Amino acid sequence: MKPAPFLYLRPATVAEAIAALQEHGDEAKVLAGGQSLVPLLNMRFARPAVLVDVNRVGGLDRLGEVNKVVRVGALVRQATFGSSSLVRERVPLAAECIPFIGHYVTRNRGTVGGSIAHADARAELPLALTAAGGRVVIHSPGGGFRAVPAETFFVTHFTTILEPTELVAETTWPAAAPGSGFAFEELAQRTGDYALGMAACALRVQDGKAAATRIAVGAVSDRPLLLPEVGALVDGEAIGAGLAREAGTAAAAAVDPADTLHASAAYQRHLTGLLVERALLRAWENATATAPS
Amino acid sequence: MIELAVTVNGRRYREQVAPRLLLSDFLRHTLGLTGTHVGCEHGVCGACTVLLDGVAVRSCLLLAVQTDGAELRTVESLAQGELNPLQRAFHEHHALQCGFCTPGILMAATDLLAHNPSPTREEVADMLSGHLCRCTGYEPIVQAILDAAGAT
Repeated sequence: MKPAPFLYLRPATVAEAIAALQEHGDEAKVLAGGQSLVPLLNMRFARPAVLVDVNRVGGLDRLGEVNKVVRVGALVRQATFGSSSLVRERVPLAAECIPFIGHYVTRNRGTVGGSIAHADARAELPLALTAAGGRVVIHSPGGGFRAVPAETFFVTHFTTILEPTELVAETTWPAAAPGSGFAFEELAQRTGDYALGMAACALRVQDGKAAATRIAVGAVSDRPLLLPEVGALVDGEAIGAGLAREAGTAAAAAVDPADTLHASAAYQRHLTGLLVERALLRAWENATATAPS
Repeated sequence: MIELAVTVNGRRYREQVAPRLLLSDFLRHTLGLTGTHVGCEHGVCGACTVLLDGVAVRSCLLLAVQTDGAELRTVESLAQGELNPLQRAFHEHHALQCGFCTPGILMAATDLLAHNPSPTREEVADMLSGHLCRCTGYEPIVQAILDAAGAT
């Protein structure tokens, strides 16, 4: 349970980090918080020839709001993110998902950007970013940037559209407006375990009806799965128990999980429906409580 | 080999280490500070938890070289001649039996109480979800931490 040897590089700037990635390409792996990568190194599931430790790269740990968008530097630690009053007030969906991530101590070290780049299909932050309609801002070689919506960033298990020479710079999260509501729901066997099912919901209440509803589910597919057809089902309606149940049933029908050691496919589908139902109801309650009258 | 300069429990060290040396092994094997225990080596059991610049981290999930310039605290720093209030509470509540998980729990609880001096029972339980204890059951540990919070 010790990592295989590797070349250790500790760039101080984004340009140095990108240069290291350009030099070593597929042989290199970026080390951020290390709460997923280092277990993989210890168990030798991953044996990169080069580790590019970005923890001392300047400017990647900023957290602030610009033009109604909350910008979260890739190196912001999950604990810092979750306890930030800005995040709690302006991105309540993200704040809600934090307690489900790993454990108290791993959240002290794990980063927001690292979780996004790692793209574990059972991870909370990729799902929350997808439901929130957020983006991933990427540093590319040559000093360029590109911003990619979360729903196109995640490709499949542990796979994103990131090129080997690119680095996640930050994630951007639309700030909550009055009349918007959010909810994150998850079931795991024990606190801190990987989720058996997850659902996240963001919506707005407009003239007493739901609008712009985004529902995404996780842990039951190879990436966070946005379900636009389920959002469309509730848009233009006042959400009550019956409609939420109907949306849950539609979500359950839309996923196709595999049987696992811990839960059958049928159980996971049922659970997904239930979590969507709960998330919708709670997001609706939150939205109506903050809606301008 | 890479040169590493760290302060551990107030004492400064300068050592040559291989990049792949885990912080847990650096503390135990290089410095001989065997109070930090190694259980699972993948971040699940919590036994290796130490403080890095005042924040609880898994020492098995950090490379020693990553801590260059940092200040580390291990369980050996807690008792100054006599047990500190947290350790005393563990003693009084019989919150340890074999003691394998204890150093990690003490360091995580030190972080918790530093950031949240009056945690609720739920907050203590949530923190403890990241620490495996197979002897006592968690109840005395929860009681000890809540008691220490009241006492400090």
